[in-house]
Amino acid sequence: MASVALSEAEKVYIVHGVQEDLRVDGRGCEDYRCIEVETDVVSNTSGSARVKLGHTDILVGVKAEMGTPKLEKPSEGYLEFFVDCSANATPEFEGRGGDDLGTEIANTLYRIFNNKSSVDLSSLCISPREHCWVLCVDVLLLECGGNLFDAISIAVKAALFNTRIPRVRVLEDEEGAKDIELSDDPYDCIRLSVENVPCIVTLCKIGCRHVVDATLQEEACSLASLLVSVTSKGVVTCMRKVGKGSLDPESIFEMMESSKRVGKVLHMSLQSVLHKEESLGPKRPKVGFLG
Amino acid sequence: MAGLELLSDQGYRIDGRRAGELRKIQARMGVFAQADGSAYIEQGNTKALAVVYGPHEIRGSRSRALPDRALVNCQYSSATFSTGERKRRPHGDRKSCEMGLQLRQTFEAAILTQLHPRSQIDIYVQVLQADGGTYAACVNAATLAVMDAGIPMRDFVCACSAGFVDGTALSDLSHVEEAAGGPQLALALLPASGQIALLEMDSRLHEDHLEQVLEAAAQAARDVHTLLDRVVRQHVQEASILLGD
Repeated sequence: MASVALSEAEKVYIVHGVQEDLRVDGRGCEDYRCIEVETDVVSNTSGSARVKLGHTDILVGVKAEMGTPKLEKPSEGYLEFFVDCSANATPEFEGRGGDDLGTEIANTLYRIFNNKSSVDLSSLCISPREHCWVLCVDVLLLECGGNLFDAISIAVKAALFNTRIPRVRVLEDEEGAKDIELSDDPYDCIRLSVENVPCIVTLCKIGCRHVVDATLQEEACSLASLLVSVTSKGVVTCMRKVGKGSLDPESIFEMMESSKRVGKVLHMSLQSVLHKEESLGPKRPKVGFLG
Repeated sequence: MAGLELLSDQGYRIDGRRAGELRKIQARMGVFAQADGSAYIEQGNTKALAVVYGPHEIRGSRSRALPDRALVNCQYSSATFSTGERKRRPHGDRKSCEMGLQLRQTFEAAILTQLHPRSQIDIYVQVLQADGGTYAACVNAATLAVMDAGIPMRDFVCACSAGFVDGTALSDLSHVEEAAGGPQLALALLPASGQIALLEMDSRLHEDHLEQVLEAAAQAARDVHTLLDRVVRQHVQEASILLGD
């Protein structure tokens, strides 16, 4: 991970501030930085989103490909995640340097989506055992300013919201050979419901309190963090402890309650922003990286 | 050639441009705050990001340090969702390595490396959307990023691609025109002196036509230079307003 070198005095300053519920940039312990979300940034994809959380910049592209269903789930499609930590974020990610972090993030994403309720996979099935949609979700990490997992999960949710999968029909002719026909209208597509897609809330333990949305400097002061994946209803789908230090069992329960609170608010604001952006219609001004 | 008509009888290309017309270019410097220099460029539907780190100490083995000049290190990476067909690996394949070497050659000709001996300058280019002319977009973005980082250069490096159809040279090819299989030339130019930093062509072209295609690419590169110059001046003006000068 991109790291920053802090002196002892700076660490003490941050730790003491957090004990008083006052962080370096004036936020409280459960406040997020300003998040900017924009969808439909890249046109070669079925759906895309860009999220800017402080100095963290993530770009997610979703491509819908035709594939065969997995053997154990013959009437469902599936999602595939690939995370590319680009060298833009830090020179340490050049060549294969970013592969470790990329694999870790991809595995976490697989885990949080590994349940029946997150995405309706049966809507991705075209004909059982033969054809299904495979959604390839590609995450591109452009800048690393702390709190990667949260930003990536927000971007994945926004990109899945923006994904438009073309509607197909399976035609069977006399010999029984199946033919897949794409609808003529390019705007005729199916959308995914992202009501139950979870978002990750990372809580970093600093001193005896925990903070949400830590910057790089705060992450350098914390020894242990808890990643909790929460849906909009407050249901926890996955939980993981990361970091070199150890956590007290009571603090884990506290952090979980905290994450449910914070997660609900995050989901509400994200849903309202996504709906507002969509209501502007196809004529909305696209900013992308130029703004 | 395929049934697609690259140049109509009235002289219009598939996307409605004239033979010597460039696609719409929009660029911005200083996209990322944490990098030393960064820039973003859109040439039609091709989008490229460039980030520069340096000059800083040589990473890895010290033996690679050059005693009289800086080491320029480039990496070209294109996002897996950048092309129509999904790419398996963003970088590390042969084409990306070759592009990285070409970018390195281009910028070693332009950056004043003698001013920073025993140090390293990293240029990382990321293609977000590829619609033809990716090398040119990368070079243009990297020029702006190197300027944003404050690294002294001999001159702008402006690049453009050119092709040849029906006796006419076309500038700034899009993906459809590149895929049609005609001759394509990529040119990187230092506009003030007219010196060529990189020239690459890997298709058959009669030598009688070479001068025409080269001139079309050079003129296109000079047009790109006008645009990039304006972007840099505007960026400096904005920065000086913020500083209160």
